[in-house]
Amino acid sequence: MILVIAEQRDGVLNKTSWEAIVAAQQTGQAVQVAVAGDRLDPVARELAAADVEAVVTVEHAVLASYTPDGFVAAFAEVVAALGPELVLLSHTYQTREFAPRLAARLGRSLITDCVAMKQRGERQAFVRPMFQGKFVADVAPNGPAPHFASFQIGAFRPDALALGAAPADIRPHSITLKASVIRQTVEPPFQEARQAVDLTQADRIVAVGRGIKAQEHIALAERLAVSLGAELAASRPICDSGWLPMDRQVGSSGQTVSPKLYLALGISGAIQHLVGMKGARTIVAVNKDADAPIFEVADLGIVGDLFEVVPALIAALDADS
Amino acid sequence: MKIAVCVKQVVTRDWPLRVDAAATWVHDRDASFEMNEPDAYALEEALRLKERHGGEVVVCSAGPARAAQVIRESLARGADRAIRVESDALAAADGSMVAGALAAAMREEQFDLVLTGLQSDDQGFAQTGVVLAELLGIPHATIIMEVQVAGGVVRVKRELEGGWFQWVSMPTPALLTIQSGINQLRYATLKGIMSAKRKPVRVVEPSADLAPSQEIIELYVPKKGKQTRLIAGTPSEAATELVRVLREEARVI
Repeated sequence: MILVIAEQRDGVLNKTSWEAIVAAQQTGQAVQVAVAGDRLDPVARELAAADVEAVVTVEHAVLASYTPDGFVAAFAEVVAALGPELVLLSHTYQTREFAPRLAARLGRSLITDCVAMKQRGERQAFVRPMFQGKFVADVAPNGPAPHFASFQIGAFRPDALALGAAPADIRPHSITLKASVIRQTVEPPFQEARQAVDLTQADRIVAVGRGIKAQEHIALAERLAVSLGAELAASRPICDSGWLPMDRQVGSSGQTVSPKLYLALGISGAIQHLVGMKGARTIVAVNKDADAPIFEVADLGIVGDLFEVVPALIAALDADS
Repeated sequence: MKIAVCVKQVVTRDWPLRVDAAATWVHDRDASFEMNEPDAYALEEALRLKERHGGEVVVCSAGPARAAQVIRESLARGADRAIRVESDALAAADGSMVAGALAAAMREEQFDLVLTGLQSDDQGFAQTGVVLAELLGIPHATIIMEVQVAGGVVRVKRELEGGWFQWVSMPTPALLTIQSGINQLRYATLKGIMSAKRKPVRVVEPSADLAPSQEIIELYVPKKGKQTRLIAGTPSEAATELVRVLREEARVI
């Protein structure tokens, strides 16, 4: 049996949980889905629509808010009791926080940020990016089952979900969790001062990455954005350096955008960035490194020095208009 | 406050990497190396906490002999002393194995706070810090953008997805994985570089029973999922052609 750990917050299912269920379904093995929290009825019924053996609900007052200590203790009990062959999760920030500790507590292997599963001889391997996406590796877990794996968001299509003929069995699973094991206290989630820039509504985006080299060169990208009628955006390192404000960041920790045109300047294409923009209709990359992972998702590309290409682009656009 | 910060040495970001002969790792014998970027932010945060609260910063690293470079760099930036777990077996080790090596060397120190970067630029498993917290038996929080310490409690701003944050508090000792961009990095001063040479470094061997939790069966260049149309020519020719394609074919401008 494969156990999928689904994620919910305040009764709202994290949509990426469907992707982990699809990954499990595609193995052809029996699948159960576990979800933890407080008052899980609506989420459990939603999950029960999937073609799975059972939805296991782990309800406890102290799980109402997610904490790493609470979720590690709860799922350690659940996994030990159910004895799955494999435990699959979506590679969300929450998974990153508790899953390594859960696997370590059970003395099991966890392979994170996978994009596919693959048989390598006798072994079940997981395909995952390495070196910021420059390479891919087939990685196999060592040691006894259950093995744990988390899947990169977008690696499986949620619309490939197989629905059950009838709702799956919902099985409440009681646990002995004591409130005293939870050392973290959490405050409600909040957003930093209202996003001043809503990149999600932009038709065209010019985005800059490390290749822009210095803050004074941002103005060059800005001029191109004006000529294209585009919003200016950036990859994380640019915002980390304070060259552009955080609300211009595209990627897993910033905004997820799907404009008609996404023009990436000097962006290598780390996966954290790609997840935020690969839904764009036309992606153009300008980069001096022909092997940069950004070309994996680009429709059009110019391999060259952006400090030569961008002024030429501005000239070509301005000449035509 | 006794603060540990764990740093990893990784291949320099722009180094032209090739897969090695066994196709299980990269050919890095003549590569240049640097401190993993999120770890540099963790080091900076540790130094700032020491400046605010007093105490010491101990930099810890697990890797082959060449990792001494990131230890020297950390000492030059202001760390007080170092613990270095040295073994060639740690060069391409998974996060769980690295955490095991670090935990054994760090346990007796009874640190109040342990900081790590949120993930490494090479393998990127994002596990070492979290597993280390479990092995040390201390609470943890990940992807941290601000750290406040008062009266045996650490209150941290944890990054959630899509621009959301959350404050989380826990008693010390605790472990935090630090997000890039939490602070502005400092550079080593000449004085720092000179004084680093006199700072103590404890070098230890990992225990023999340390085993990898996973195995890279094959490392390879990804197959392209999408056919990229590359536009050649001089910058001016390429730019003109790109504008034409965007306007007439893609119709996005």
